[in-house]
Amino acid sequence: MLDWLAEQIILHWDILQYLIPAIPVTVLITICSFSLAMVLGLIIGVMRISSIKLLSNFASIYINVIRGIPLLVQIFFIYFGLGKFLNLDRFTAGVLAVGICYSAYLAEIFRSGINAIARGQHEAAQALGMTRFQTLRHVIIPQSLRIVIPPIANEFIASLKDSSLVSIIGLREITRAGREYYSQYFVDFQTWVMVALIYLIMTLTLSRIVKYLERIYAVEGFGSKTR
Amino acid sequence: MIIKVKDLVCKFGDICALDGISLDVKKGEVVVIIGPSGSGKSTLLRCLNALESFESGEVTIDGTKVVKENKSVHKIRLEVGMVFQQFNLFPHLTVIENIMLAQRIVRKRSAEISRQKGMELLGLVDLSDKIDAYPAQLSGGQKQRVAIARALAMDPMIMLFDEVTSALDPEMVGEVLEVINKLADKGITMLIASHEIGFAREVAHRIIFIEDGKIVEDGPPSVILDNPKQQRTKDFLSKVL
Repeated sequence: MLDWLAEQIILHWDILQYLIPAIPVTVLITICSFSLAMVLGLIIGVMRISSIKLLSNFASIYINVIRGIPLLVQIFFIYFGLGKFLNLDRFTAGVLAVGICYSAYLAEIFRSGINAIARGQHEAAQALGMTRFQTLRHVIIPQSLRIVIPPIANEFIASLKDSSLVSIIGLREITRAGREYYSQYFVDFQTWVMVALIYLIMTLTLSRIVKYLERIYAVEGFGSKTR
Repeated sequence: MIIKVKDLVCKFGDICALDGISLDVKKGEVVVIIGPSGSGKSTLLRCLNALESFESGEVTIDGTKVVKENKSVHKIRLEVGMVFQQFNLFPHLTVIENIMLAQRIVRKRSAEISRQKGMELLGLVDLSDKIDAYPAQLSGGQKQRVAIARALAMDPMIMLFDEVTSALDPEMVGEVLEVINKLADKGITMLIASHEIGFAREVAHRIIFIEDGKIVEDGPPSVILDNPKQQRTKDFLSKVL
């Protein structure tokens, strides 16, 4: 397997030379958009379970609308639609689109993570005089985060793959670089094999990192894993 | 009177959990509440620190009215510590962190002072060697003693114990009751919902028998346990003794 990989790398070095500079762009889009999605998702997720009807209704509508529209359409909408008024550059538009889209999925994950914590935990915290916010911040969310690490990691890997969609607005990430190489040299099969290979190496590496994170964040006897 | 309860009514849908409870507790008094399952013992305790909201009536803790939808509720909860049947320790924090958390963020004590206080209380509940353990590494009895220390760390005027030995293996009941006994000697006002009649006799200044959300009988252990006046009290005691 590794021999074959090495052979391919040498054989197609000219393609890779073209693609590799685009890797940081993909990484940057993924990290920026996912950070945005985490923050927005946590806020929306907490709003979703709020006892204030206005907040929970807003969160519910946000989640359903965003999840109901294809990411590609959201990218077009933000770059061509909103971008016209707000003067967004490609990168900002791409990050916003992917970030907002994923925030809706993350909100649902956070919500289920928060709901998974037993009622007794809320009561114990409140009986100690903590406010609702303090209870969430210090007792509920730290426990929820450990529960939601695996599903969030899945979303992170999915967002890395979906970042390829922003190639459509001309952001020169890996997929875009692949298209450019192809249109210059007309080597289709090898180009897309190399593009696929780069994504595959990145996602497999991420899966490994996630496994490691799950291990170091595990608390003895809490959840399924032990240290 | 540190606790005043007047005509307290608490309903869950159509079920009337508390049906006009009136009760005064003096400072330093140890009151054990007995009664069949579902009689309203827990609900009464939970109304005292506003974990449960009630239909009508009045609860006053040290002169402050308890209202659930009110900011002052946090202040009342500072003065009323509670220990639960299911321990409810924070599983992601170590024993000492469990005890420090609320001291830090609610009482606004420094890390050093809250740690010191925590050590002191762990000494009291005889768990000084478990400071850095996680709850999952403790036995039920140990968990419950940590929960008691955690509540005491806030320096409450009143402690509520909600069937704190009901979820424990029989051999662990003693160690928890021993701690509660120590607290009684220190003069902390305590309300204890319990099925341990023997323990009630030992620790209580006063026993209240509740059935169907009403106080049936209220008096010193010698009267309630040995010479109950009400037939319902007699029936209950004959079943549990």
